[in-house]
Amino acid sequence: MTKTVTYITGTVLDENTRCGLKELCTLCNVPAERIHEMIDEGLIEAPSSSPLQWRFTYTEIRRVQTAVHLQRDLRVNLPGCALVLDLLEELEKLRQQSNR
Amino acid sequence: MEYKDYYDILGVSRQATQEEIKRSYRKLARKYHPDVCKEANAENKFQELGEAYEVLQDPEKRAAYDKFGSNWKNGQDFEPPPHWDAGFEFSGSGYTGQNQHGGHSDFFENLFGQRNYGDGRAYQSSFRMKGEDHHAKIVISLRDAYTGAKQAITLSKPVVDEQGRVTTTPHTLHVSIPKGIIEGQRIRLEGQGLPGIGGGESGDLYLEIAFADDPFFHAEKRDIYLTLPVAPWEAALGSTVTVPTLDGNVQLSIPAGSQGGRKLRLKGKGLCSAKASGDMYVVLRIVLPKPKTEAQKKIYKDMAEQMPISPRAELGV
Repeated sequence: MTKTVTYITGTVLDENTRCGLKELCTLCNVPAERIHEMIDEGLIEAPSSSPLQWRFTYTEIRRVQTAVHLQRDLRVNLPGCALVLDLLEELEKLRQQSNR
Repeated sequence: MEYKDYYDILGVSRQATQEEIKRSYRKLARKYHPDVCKEANAENKFQELGEAYEVLQDPEKRAAYDKFGSNWKNGQDFEPPPHWDAGFEFSGSGYTGQNQHGGHSDFFENLFGQRNYGDGRAYQSSFRMKGEDHHAKIVISLRDAYTGAKQAITLSKPVVDEQGRVTTTPHTLHVSIPKGIIEGQRIRLEGQGLPGIGGGESGDLYLEIAFADDPFFHAEKRDIYLTLPVAPWEAALGSTVTVPTLDGNVQLSIPAGSQGGRKLRLKGKGLCSAKASGDMYVVLRIVLPKPKTEAQKKIYKDMAEQMPISPRAELGV
């Protein structure tokens, strides 16, 4: 007897991913207020002035999720998170360059 | 079960003060935080640290743990002596909520109890919460990224049993990886994370893609690079050569007069997804034949006479 295996298909978060504020909150499990705080801190960028029109990319989703982890696990405050995220991105770039 | 040397994990002596334990934990937690650390086992290491800290930061639990003595080694087979916990009372089934990543070791759960979701004492009955998201990395080959692949991955997944307790079991997921995924991108599997609390929905599982090193190809975002060795006459006179791609061999024509380092583009031969496409770049590397015989040396000498060049003119020397 052959056993059939069901493969799960997930959603790929790639360069075409765009999500609104509500979806971002669901994905990152945070209230909208915290997203506003992160925008005020410059941790992520709001693409337009009206929250209804905000569309976030996969980079922002990842940045918010990482910031939430850093706040929870290491008690880093928001400016600290923004700094860590920028440095991590820079480090990633340098790592890629040195791998070539 | 395996003995866990919590002092060793936190890198402190058994005589360390609570203050020293806290400092060491914080330092190591920053180092091994899975969002920061690139080491493959960072997630486990971070969990282990959380567990060690959870025990040692609590004077009562630390005292109970210390009763086992100092002769045990990390990973050694271990059974706690009977009634080892007599005289201690771990408030709230021992689970303090410190280790929010879930997933304690067997050692911890046997000694200090398990997280109890169904327990009304711990949570108000109306309390509902979505489960934690789970993050994992998977390493795939460039070829699998190019064509898409089906992969079985094994993760330790927490499950809630009939008594409402959480235990971790190895769990195999069969995941289809779509064509054209690139490094650093993530696949979100809804509801495959940690179970929710009080009937809340499960968290999600995020799989982050990393590429295994390939001896010939490397990827820069969607573009694939290959260094192609060519003979001097192939580059100088132009030729058609066979080139491997992630999609099998293709014929590539090298224009006459190509220098080493020239980049030739194969359009659409990079990592293409349904909506985005990438190219492949072939970078030429000229391989010089080493002259061994007098006749062969003469060919180079003739070249020097017939085609003199000043390769260092730009350097002003």
